[in-house]
Amino acid sequence: MNEIIEGFFKAFQLILSLDPEVLNITLLSLRVSGTAVILGSIVGLPSGALLGLYDFKGKQLVVNFVNTMMGLPPVVVGLFVFLLLSRSGPLGLLDLLYTPLAMIIAQFILATPIITGITMAAVSSIDRTVRETAISLGATEGQLIWTVLKETRMSMLSGIIVAFGRVISEVGAIMIVGGNIRWYTRALTTAIVLETRRGEFALAIALGLILILLAFIINMMLTYLQRKGERIY
Amino acid sequence: MTILEIQHLYKKYSDKYVLEDINLEVGRGEFFTVIGPNGAGKTTLLRLIDLLDSPTDGKIIFDGIDTTKCSETEKIYLRRRMAIVFQNPVLFNTTVFENVAYGLKIRGVDKLTIRKKVMKVLELVGLADLWNRRATTLSGGEAQRVALARALVIEPEVLLLDEPTANLDPRNTAIIEKVILNVNKERKTTVVMATHNMFQAKRLAHRIAFLFYGKIIEIGKPEEIFTSPKDPRTEAFIKGEIY
Repeated sequence: MNEIIEGFFKAFQLILSLDPEVLNITLLSLRVSGTAVILGSIVGLPSGALLGLYDFKGKQLVVNFVNTMMGLPPVVVGLFVFLLLSRSGPLGLLDLLYTPLAMIIAQFILATPIITGITMAAVSSIDRTVRETAISLGATEGQLIWTVLKETRMSMLSGIIVAFGRVISEVGAIMIVGGNIRWYTRALTTAIVLETRRGEFALAIALGLILILLAFIINMMLTYLQRKGERIY
Repeated sequence: MTILEIQHLYKKYSDKYVLEDINLEVGRGEFFTVIGPNGAGKTTLLRLIDLLDSPTDGKIIFDGIDTTKCSETEKIYLRRRMAIVFQNPVLFNTTVFENVAYGLKIRGVDKLTIRKKVMKVLELVGLADLWNRRATTLSGGEAQRVALARALVIEPEVLLLDEPTANLDPRNTAIIEKVILNVNKERKTTVVMATHNMFQAKRLAHRIAFLFYGKIIEIGKPEEIFTSPKDPRTEAFIKGEIY
């Protein structure tokens, strides 16, 4: 018990004194997950909107695929990216394994389906009523799409934040493809695993607190956005 | 002069005819009301007139143009000459002002004109003070008045109203009735209103059509329909025996 309390004290010390290693780990986590989510949004938002707006042959199959991908286990993604990037893999020549870029690729694969899926659900759920109102007021096809996207902006933002929450807290994928290299590919979650194993509880707790704090901030943002985006008819 | 002519109109959803052999004419500047019990096909008729849906058979002629032969682009331009207010209006998740301005914005109207027109129509429906409010925080009555303002601001030639006061309190009902009556009288806007409230039809309409299970039973002036209905089903509806 004493160890845990001591750990907490040390953790606060490490955080408040802006320990360079803690800072480095936190910033790397933010950079990797942030970049993955930005790239995931660039791909996921338009794909989700198109899937929500238009019907085409085989759409159900694509929708099922996206939904399955939303719950993809991070370790499996890590394994897949590892095989792609390893020396003997198809992208081995790029020499990306055990780099932050490899971590970004893995998290991008995790984030994109979430953003796509949430956008798709949002667009298709408000599609009908908003769509009809816009059409009845004389909107052209282009104006209609723009209106629907504007109406779903809150859900899209929520999707982005959910995806960020998922990737910043995952450990399996980045552990496999990043290798948890000190000062280079060590992120919050992988560092917690390592420090716990080494018995460096203070550092592990400090990193854990930072992670929880980040999750808390993300949740606050999500709740705020959802409140702001509430609709009543 | 006729602005709207419907000839032998049929609409079928999955194997059931919702509208059968509808024939009617609406004159320019007329206040035309379609009454009938719930499920009679009133909403379907209004949706077809507003070109939101296509008929199974028959013709809808708007200002001399056969709408059934129009391309999608031509339909947009015809639709822009009309406006519809639904029973449960959907307001966009933005301010009252932006909601009302929508129709003008998509028509490329300049900002200054939009401002003037939106504020004027908001005054008309008694919501000028709420212009900056988030539309999603309004009460049902206020939301319906915003939807009416959004339809009126584009100065439609034909205003379509689908049970605009159903589920509203007497105060909001009175405001909406006053505004639509006013628009019909002063701007000479043609109004086609669907309602199951026959007293409302009697108060407002120049002519009334009684729609019953997809068929028009009779059309006439309010005094004709209410004092000497030709069909026993019309009489039964007026007496409140069917609703």
